Amino acid sequence: MPEIRNYTLNFGPQHPAAHGVLRLVLEMDGEVVERADPHIGLLHRGTEKLAESKPYNQSIGYMDRLDYVSMMCNEHGYVLAIEKLLGVEVPLRAQYIRVMFDEITRILNHLMWLGAHGLDIGAMSIFLYCFREREDLMDCYEAVSGARLHATYYRPGGVARDLPDRMPQYESSRFTSKSAASKLNETRQGSMLDFIEDFVQRFPKCVDEYETLLTDNRIWKQRTVGIGVVTPERALQLGFTGPMLRGSNIEWDLRKKQPYEVYDQLDFDIPVGTNGDSYDRYLVRIEEMRQSNRIIKQCIDWLRVNDGPVLTEDHKIAPPKRGDMKGDMESLIHHFKLFTEGFCLPEGESYAAVEHPKGEFGCFLVSDGANKPYRLKVRAAGFPHLAALDEMARGHMLSDVVALIGTQDIVFGEIDR
Amino acid sequence: MSTRVEHMLDALQAAFPDNQSIALSLDLVVMDVAPDQLIETAHKLHDDPALSFKQLSDLCGVDYATYGRDEWSTDTENMASFSRAVNASSVGSLTFNTGMELPQTDQPRFVVASHLLSLDHNVRMRLRCAATDDNMPVVPSLTPVWSNADWYEREAFDLFGILFDGHSDLRRLLTDYGFTGHPFRKDFPLIGNVEMRYDSVKERVVYEPVSIEPRVLVPRVIREDSRYSAGETPKKNDA
Repeated sequence: MPEIRNYTLNFGPQHPAAHGVLRLVLEMDGEVVERADPHIGLLHRGTEKLAESKPYNQSIGYMDRLDYVSMMCNEHGYVLAIEKLLGVEVPLRAQYIRVMFDEITRILNHLMWLGAHGLDIGAMSIFLYCFREREDLMDCYEAVSGARLHATYYRPGGVARDLPDRMPQYESSRFTSKSAASKLNETRQGSMLDFIEDFVQRFPKCVDEYETLLTDNRIWKQRTVGIGVVTPERALQLGFTGPMLRGSNIEWDLRKKQPYEVYDQLDFDIPVGTNGDSYDRYLVRIEEMRQSNRIIKQCIDWLRVNDGPVLTEDHKIAPPKRGDMKGDMESLIHHFKLFTEGFCLPEGESYAAVEHPKGEFGCFLVSDGANKPYRLKVRAAGFPHLAALDEMARGHMLSDVVALIGTQDIVFGEIDR
Repeated sequence: MSTRVEHMLDALQAAFPDNQSIALSLDLVVMDVAPDQLIETAHKLHDDPALSFKQLSDLCGVDYATYGRDEWSTDTENMASFSRAVNASSVGSLTFNTGMELPQTDQPRFVVASHLLSLDHNVRMRLRCAATDDNMPVVPSLTPVWSNADWYEREAFDLFGILFDGHSDLRRLLTDYGFTGHPFRKDFPLIGNVEMRYDSVKERVVYEPVSIEPRVLVPRVIREDSRYSAGETPKKNDA
């Protein structure tokens, strides 16, 4: 019998299941993984160093590009860190808008995760179902900010502008017939809140559809049950957060434990897993989508009846209204100073964390009193998860590595920064 | 929230009576530790049930070389102000590769800041450890206490050149294979030192010195602001 030796397998960086540009060096014993060594950094853009060279507000757009499937949550972490140092008061309506868009983003992220994870381990159709709903949510992004992905919508002291009272409409074209366009426009006749409300009504049914496809699916269970089991103790040691931690039966959610914005006013539950395997993490994320839906509903109800400013009135931080500038000298000066120099933060350090769809997204900001950050460190949620891939993959088959990358919800924009 | 942090401040002061640096900063407790006491301190922070910092949220390096230096004097009115975007006053901002010396200070240049989370007490803290030697910054590795310090320390080594004593596998993490220098140091230019392209004649990727012109649109300014009087951070409610 010939002697079988260990061999090294290169996985990625150009591999559809690598979720971007992950290069994995796998030491294999037959088909069993002995050691996994992820090589990251292929998408390293030096976001943190770039932030040091520009005024605070100009980096908000870079935050979108960190975790590019949950854009607004990244912005949220960044503006919170600034607001903490500034001590600025955020208007209540802006807080509700932020929470609503955080949860829209959470659904966006989980849909992307579910579709891609399913596709990786052999469930083709779920991908199409997920992208159907993602489309509507990205329309909300577009309506409020003009961009479907990289919104740059949050500002220190609030959000860029109030919710629009009409939705963008589809037009008929070579690809969309008149009747198809008018059918697409049916739900887009009212304000943006009407459109989201309609979505919130529909969405639980859609989640049921995903569950019909997967939850009791024999193949799905064979690929996920018992794969990548992490005990609660190890999950803490490895720095897991978010659904990865909750999947391991630790009830920890910053929205409940260290509430920011108006999360303490809202009613929602935190799902936890029991076994800490990939299947439990799947169930946790599915339930999170339902809970996010509940939160969005509550935000819509509040936003419908409560009007008010959405950006702080402190014009040292936020620009004055366009109209004021025409007649008011001081407003003009504020505007000029803000857009040529930006605002200075007090000297100090702050750390702000939000419950990002992938886990804890934190921003550590060191300010020396200048109009630019002295140092910005982004604590990416996926970073410690990917670092634990070695431990999770040991003893599993090669095909399970794909399932593990999927269950960790890896996005390289935030890991490589 | 605030009472939890104050409790933790008391608990930390009781646990480390010799450490004078423990203080409250915004919404968390900050503690400075010397490198030779770091491991002992970390073990205590992790194991002591009154502290119980079971999770390392984040660990990163900070380079304090140009801290507090701006590019535009704001306290005196002068004729030179208009040249602020042309004449640099600090390293790596306007002009690059000029061989400008970093300012000499007696403060340690490299600090490793870790953010710890105690799930039992629901508080965070920041543990700061300054490397003693600026030319060869060495700090003990936290991997024996928190496993996930592994990649964070590799990152800090890669970006700042901070060495972690006791780390089993201190390789570069984020930069390219064969990269030289530590890009997040303040004397490393923002535009980098080399650029790469595919050379169709040589049929391989070649590295060349950077050709782009650096420019800064908004100079770095530090303004004396009466609202942020020395060391005081404003309270949430008095805007």
